[in-house]
This record gives sequence, structure tokens and C-alpha cells, in this order.
Amino acid sequence: MSWTGTSVRRKEDDRLVRGRGLFTDDELEPGMLHLHILRSPYAHARIVRIDTSAAEALPGVACVLTGREVAAQCDPVMQLGPPPCDKIRDLPMAVDKVIFQGEPVAAVAADSVALAEDAAALIDVEYEMLDAVVDAEDALSDRSILHEAAGTNRTWQGVYEYGDVEGAFRDAAFVVRIPRMQFHRFASTPLENNACIAEWKRQGGVDFLCNNSFPGFAQQLLAPGLRLKADQVHIRTYDVGGSFGNQIWNYVYMAVAALVSKKTGGRRVKWAETRSEHLLASGHGNERTYLDTEVALDREGVITAVRSRHIDDCGAYTRYEPLGCVIWSQVLAATYKVRNLRIDFTQTVTNKCPVVPNRGYSRMQQLWFMERIVDICAHELGLPADEMRLKNYITQFPYETPNGCVYDSGDYPAMLTRAKELIGWDRWQKECAAGRKAGRLIGIGIGTTLDSGTNNFGQARIMNPYLPFSGNSEVCTMRLDLEGAVIVCLGTTPSGQGHETAASQVAADVLGIDPSMVHVRPGFDTAWNTFVGHSGTYASQFAVTGLSAVHGAAQKLKAEMRRLAAYMLEAAEEDLEFGTGAQGPEVRVKGTDKAINYWYMANLVNNNNALLDASLADVTLNVRHVYRPPFKVPDTERKFGNLTLTYAAQLHIAVVEVSRETCRPQILAYAAVDDCGTLINPQIAHGQVHGATSHGIGAAIMESLDYDESGNLLTGTFSDYCPITALNLPDIAWGNIETPSPFTYSGAKGMGEGGGAPLHTMSAALQDALHGAGVIVTGSHHPAPRLFEILQKPNRAEAVSVERRGGKQARR
Amino acid sequence: MSTTEAGGRIAIEVTVNGTRHRREVEPRLLLVQLLREDLRLTGTHIGCDTTYCGACTVIVDGEPVKSCTMLAVQADGAEILTVEGLARDGELHPLQRAFSENHGLQCGYCTPGMLMSAHALLARNPDPDRKQIRKGIQGNLCRCTGYHNIIAAIDAAAAAMREGK
Ligand code: FES
Ligand code: FES
Repeated sequence: MSWTGTSVRRKEDDRLVRGRGLFTDDELEPGMLHLHILRSPYAHARIVRIDTSAAEALPGVACVLTGREVAAQCDPVMQLGPPPCDKIRDLPMAVDKVIFQGEPVAAVAADSVALAEDAAALIDVEYEMLDAVVDAEDALSDRSILHEAAGTNRTWQGVYEYGDVEGAFRDAAFVVRIPRMQFHRFASTPLENNACIAEWKRQGGVDFLCNNSFPGFAQQLLAPGLRLKADQVHIRTYDVGGSFGNQIWNYVYMAVAALVSKKTGGRRVKWAETRSEHLLASGHGNERTYLDTEVALDREGVITAVRSRHIDDCGAYTRYEPLGCVIWSQVLAATYKVRNLRIDFTQTVTNKCPVVPNRGYSRMQQLWFMERIVDICAHELGLPADEMRLKNYITQFPYETPNGCVYDSGDYPAMLTRAKELIGWDRWQKECAAGRKAGRLIGIGIGTTLDSGTNNFGQARIMNPYLPFSGNSEVCTMRLDLEGAVIVCLGTTPSGQGHETAASQVAADVLGIDPSMVHVRPGFDTAWNTFVGHSGTYASQFAVTGLSAVHGAAQKLKAEMRRLAAYMLEAAEEDLEFGTGAQGPEVRVKGTDKAINYWYMANLVNNNNALLDASLADVTLNVRHVYRPPFKVPDTERKFGNLTLTYAAQLHIAVVEVSRETCRPQILAYAAVDDCGTLINPQIAHGQVHGATSHGIGAAIMESLDYDESGNLLTGTFSDYCPITALNLPDIAWGNIETPSPFTYSGAKGMGEGGGAPLHTMSAALQDALHGAGVIVTGSHHPAPRLFEILQKPNRAEAVSVERRGGKQARR
Repeated sequence: MSTTEAGGRIAIEVTVNGTRHRREVEPRLLLVQLLREDLRLTGTHIGCDTTYCGACTVIVDGEPVKSCTMLAVQADGAEILTVEGLARDGELHPLQRAFSENHGLQCGYCTPGMLMSAHALLARNPDPDRKQIRKGIQGNLCRCTGYHNIIAAIDAAAAAMREGK
């Protein structure tokens, strides 16, 4: 039997259901110091004076650290962007001015968290207020500049143009114009807040226990910042309570904790962020504005060209940015076959929390945009939603997109059919039509999306040609330990995705043993895991990069074991088979009971090697495999190349009714179909789909990070941010199809981010419900107050226009 | 169980998972801090600061309580059950087993609180329907699972417990 494709019960669960996990904040020891960070109450202000004397005098306070000291001991973090980004000084603490509400201004280490907070309250900071810019277009006017040395708020600008856009518009039967759309700011907010424990070592260097989810990257940023060699930055993780990308960038706070530890002479310092701090100053998702969008269509309603201007708002610092200015182009035209596109893309800083990668990072915004234009065009041209998709879907795979990405496999029409069956499309169509006649605001909508996985880091060069990044890789080490147990170490940092389980399934399949016989070590440690610069858990790639590394390592180990067994059993290698016998896992001569078990093989190499022939001198039973996907460096001039290896897809359908009385959107039915190729552990994969769906529904109807015009965060606690609960979610009908990827050894595709399908779907369902009321859905967030406003002032007249050029109308 | 003032600290006595503890605590100490920092029962987690997420849920005298919203001194004299007290002689509680079997957890950070809320729900109502299960865990956030499998797990555990498994 094959373990791949089986829902093996997770190895992680036993410790976690017993409350015996080890999350960073669980670690506590006598003498440990606790860190509290004093944060700016203002979005944009000069720091005139800081007086820390009263705080320092409080008994139990070990030290207070200010931005000045940080600046003296630490170098600004490397900027990824081209000029003017090189002029941005990003230090882990504000020095002369603050540029977002919540930016660290001072840090206090004390014997307890409560004491540290008490002391921080005694720090006196005098600010001189500056004008805040919170709106992207306002920021681009440069009337108030965040990074003065850069001279502008604009961090990146570039044009992505493919095909013959002008020609397509000239020949169009219809041109649909949508002057403005807006994708809102939210974050996936893992339940465990950021946390780290830092200890500055007397021998030089620093030790961290933390919940960073991309330690390979963090080490490369922290080492130069802290003026250390990379290997002196020792990073450990253990159980991590969710990440969704957000936990990639907490290295900023790791640096603060490290410098505080250094100042105290190397005491262990713990920082555990509060939820309010997390919402205020951890990391948000990218906001995006779409201006002057024009869509060309032929007489049948096939989209022939799209042109638009996109402005991305990345908050106060370009921490992972301006990478988001390229990442979206992995899904340039989404699931649609349009070949002529021109997107003018600009990014700006604003006086808001910096953005970080957030589940569906940067692609979700583009996918929502494409879905909106397809959906608005269908409504305006009177085409049924399903037909409109079917006319425009890509149907041939592998498919090379206009910008050189290769969609590996997929079957969007089959997903649509499956989702329609699941939801009962015909019945709901009738009910919606009848309901609308009777005055109900009820509609049905389709959202199709992609979860592109396994990045080619070479795409970073489209954003900045001088960046020394390309390709991708992940690593696995595997060995027989002294007693013959199979021990596996990964380069990844899972935060709930069940890597220990999935990796053991893959290794078990190669070796022909049970997954319980494979021991995948939990946690990540830069001192004993081998890793590469790309190591980590992000961007929907473990099933491809992580498991290919495991698969490769298992094969290398197997090859060594086969040579060893052939020698000891005096048999030809091809006469051997792997399996489990009375003595545990073993290698035996086919059809005989001549066998050698793992214990004896390990014994021969490690304790008993005089029995071995010199020809086996290179057999160590301790192997390392690095998986590298077959990527090339993209053509940065043309912005052309394969940017991701696999394309998982999701198709959702929702039926939504807006209450005439309360304007609350209520989901009456919901179906979700997923395709992530071959499933390694179906239960784990489905769990990821459920989670991404709930995040998307939450973002569509509840969650938003709203600021007022002075840059005050208005939704700064969970009580205001309103993360989705079990009561807000409908029962969902789940479905699955499998189109194996031809580009991965197993046929699996990277997955987990989910491409924001519910955002597209909810917008489409609301569009269907409200089109008759004169509403065009041009935003991604639909809480009751917003729906109330739009129903009071229907926007169709300004939000969309259709130019018909003599051709027959597409309406059916 | 007497409460006395001692140098700004207050003496309390709590029984946690069957073991009695006496401590002198600062009046502002939260129950969740007593459990995590003092008794080192770190299975009870903290996920917010506005009583919203339920990661800290424990059972105090039979009632589910968000332990970040109760002072340790308020728990004086109470019987407390935390996630660490669910398994018996190393054997998983039916709820713990069902969470694992139904993939009701991913990162596991919400899990202890979810288990305790579910435990309280099933004590009140051994045969809840899905709607009642949703209501029973409405005060517990999970950011990973989308709740679907958590609901299935509680449903499965309820069935197993009714059958005395
Ligand atoms: S920690 Fe969130 S409710 Fe207690
Ligand atoms: S399993 Fe991660 S928060 Fe619930």
C-alpha cells in the first residue's frame, strides 16, 4: 500500500491535545527578564525628547533601551527595493521620528511583565506632530514624506505590458470601464502572537527561541543588522501557533530583544506580544487600489484585453516589499485566457502599520481584481455568471501565460460543474430570481482562484535586477541513528500544517515501512538542522519543496542501505527488497528469509565497522538532500519568466442575502471545490482548505484594519477587529478534484493559502444580489454598515460604464 | 481556606486537576498567570487581551471561564480543571481523541481552550446538535481550522461519550 494519499493521523496531535506543546511564551525560568515595548501613539511625529530616568529608577527594572542606542549598535535592515528604497533606514526602533502608530520608541526589561509595563508608563516622550498620510493616492502626492532621505513616498513603479493591448481595444465590441475599485486591509492574525526569547552570548552571537516562520531569511537579515556572522545568529523554533506569513517578519522584534539582552550583559529576555500590539504593529496585508480599469470584450463576451493602474499601499516600511509589486504577476490574468494586458503598478508607503506577507499574499489582490472585472462585465452585458466564466477560462494545460508563467494543470470547468452540483445551482438560480422579484436582495456568485506555489525567487529581480536571489530550494536530512531508527530533520518551520506527519508518510513509502517508524524531529534549529536560504514555511510550497527534499533524502538513504545490505547478504542489489520483518524494518533477499535489519545496518556503520569492506567507506547512513525546482532567471526587461512551479485552484459558490432591515449579509449556502493535484494526506489538505475559506469569509464580511485620517487604528483589539467565529460561518459543502501536477514527483501542488476565493465569491454573490438595486461591488469588504451606505446611495452610474461599438449585445 | 493579607500579597488556595496548591499572590495576578507562570501549566494559552479568543478557557467549579478575565484571588477555594487534567492515567479523554481523529486542530494553539469549552458543553448537554455546538464554542477563536473539523470532533466525542467509550 501507499501512505501517500492516506489520512494518517497526525504525529503532532498527541502533545498538542494534552497541552504539552512548547510555544515560545511557555518557556519561563527564574532570572529571566521580560520585555515591554513603549509604542508611539501617533502615526507621524518627530521625537523631540525622551526621558527614561524615572523608569530606570524603578526597582526591578534591568534596563531601558531607546532608538538612539539601537541606532548606535545596529545597522538598518537590508532593503530589497531599487532606489529610492536604498535610502530608507529601517531600524527596529524609531530614532528621530515615528512613522506609524505603534512603532517602537523604547523598550524596558524588568523582572516581570507587569513591572516592565509599569516602568514604560513612566517614560516621558515629547513628540512634535507631523501630517499623516493614510490614503495611498494622498501619499503619492508627496505632501508629507515618511522617509525624507528617499525624497518621495513612492517605493516602486513599473509597467507590465503583454500582447497587443491597443489593437484589442480598437477591435473590441464592448469596452467596460470601472474607474475605481479597492481591496481592503486585513490580516490573518495567527492565534499565537509574536514571541521570542533572546540571549546575547558571552562567546559572541545570540540565541533565539521564537516563532519566526522563515528563519533562513531572518538569519540573513539579522546577522548584518546585529553585526554578527550568520552562524552566530542561532534561531530555534518549536511549536508555532499559526503564521499565515505574518510571522515572517518578527525578526524586527527579535533584534530589539537581542539588543536588550546585550545591554543587560547577556540575561535571557522574553518578549511576548499582546494581541493589541499584534493588531497595531505586527504586520498587515497589502491594500490595493485599482484605477481607470478598462476591459475590452468581443461580441460573445470573451475578454480580449485589460488595462488598469494599480496602487499598492505597503504601510510605513518596505519590509518584505516591494516584492509584492511582482508577486501578483504570478497570476496576472488569473484563470482567464486573455492575452493582452497592461498594468501600471505603483507602490507607496503610508503612515500605517507595515504590510507583511499574508495568506494569499499579493496574488489574492490581483485575483480579486480579475474576478471583479469578469463578474462586473457579466452583469453589465447580461451574461449568466457561469457562461461568462466558461467562455473565458483557460482550458489547455500546461498553459504559458502572457508573462511566461506556466500553469501546470487544472480543470476549471470541471470544478465549476462540481461546485454547481454541491450547491444545487439550478434550484438556487430559480430561488434567487423569484426572491428578487419579490423584493429580496438575494444573489448567487462564483469565485475562481489560484494558489500559486513554489516561488521562483528570481522574480525578485523583476523588481530589482541587482538582487542576488533566484530559484528556490528546501532541504532534508535523514539518517539511521545508532539504534537504526529513521530520523528526519526538515528545513521547514511548520505552524500547524502537519509536516511531521506528511514527511513521515513520504519517507515510509520510499522505505516500505510504517510512518510510525519514521521520526521527524519537531522544531527547527539553525545549529542542528541543515537549511538553505529559502528554508521556511511560506508561499504554499511544502508539498513540493519540503516533500521533494524528503523524497530525495529517503532515496539517497535507501541507496546506501541497499549497497550495505547487498554486501552483508552477499546478494545482488537488484535482488533486494525493503520492508518490515520480525526484527522490525529490514532489507531482505527477495523470496528468502535472508535479511538484515535497520539496527544491524546502523550498528555496522557506527559501532562495528571492521566488518565492512573498504568499498563501503562512503556509506554513512546520514544523508542530506536539497531539492531545487527547475527554474531560470526571468527576463527582467520584458518582465517575463516562470515565476511559480505549481498552480492549485479553488472554485467557490455562495448564495447570499442582504437583509433589508439590518443590511447584514447572510450566507444561505456555500460550496467550495479544491484542486491541489495529488493529495499526500487528504485530511491535512482539506483542513488547509477549510482554514483558508474561513479566513476569506471573515475578511469579506467582518475583518478589516481601519484607520482614521490621522492614522489611528480603529480596529485595534479582537473585539473591534471581530475575527470570524464558529457562529458566523455557514455549513459548507466541500468538494475536491485532482489534476496531478506534471512538474512534481508526486503530482502534488503547493497549497494552503487558498487564493482568497471567498473574497471573490462573496463580492460576486453580493453583486448578483444588489445589481438590481443599482449597486456595483467595487470593494472587497462588506460589513452591514458598508452595505447600508451603498444601498442608500447606489453607485452604478459612476462605478461602471459600457461602451457598445455597434456589435450585437452579448446578452443571452 | 482562609484569605490573609501578607505584604500586599493575598494567600489563596486552589485545587487544580485534583492537586491542592497554596500561594501568596499579587492582587492583580490573573488566573491564567497563576496557572501558566506559577503552577507551570502552560497548556492554557493566551491569545488576546480583550476576553475574546477563549484560548485561556479552563473550568472553574464546573463552569467554563476565560482565565485571563478572572483574578487569581477570585479563584480562591475553587476546583479548577485545565487541559492537563483531561487525560486519565495517560489515556486521552474522548474529546482529545476525537480532536485528533477528526483533524480538529492544526497549530494546536486554540485547542486547549476549545477542549475545555467543549467539555463544559457536553457536561451540560451530552447530545448537542451542530448549532448548539457552534454556540458552545462561539467564545473560542480558531484561526487555522475554519471550525468545521472542530465541530465534527465535538460531535464525534459526544457520541463516543454517550456510548461510554
Ligand atoms: S486570552 Fe483571549 S480570552 Fe483569554
Ligand atoms: S488550530 Fe491553530 S488556532 Fe486553532
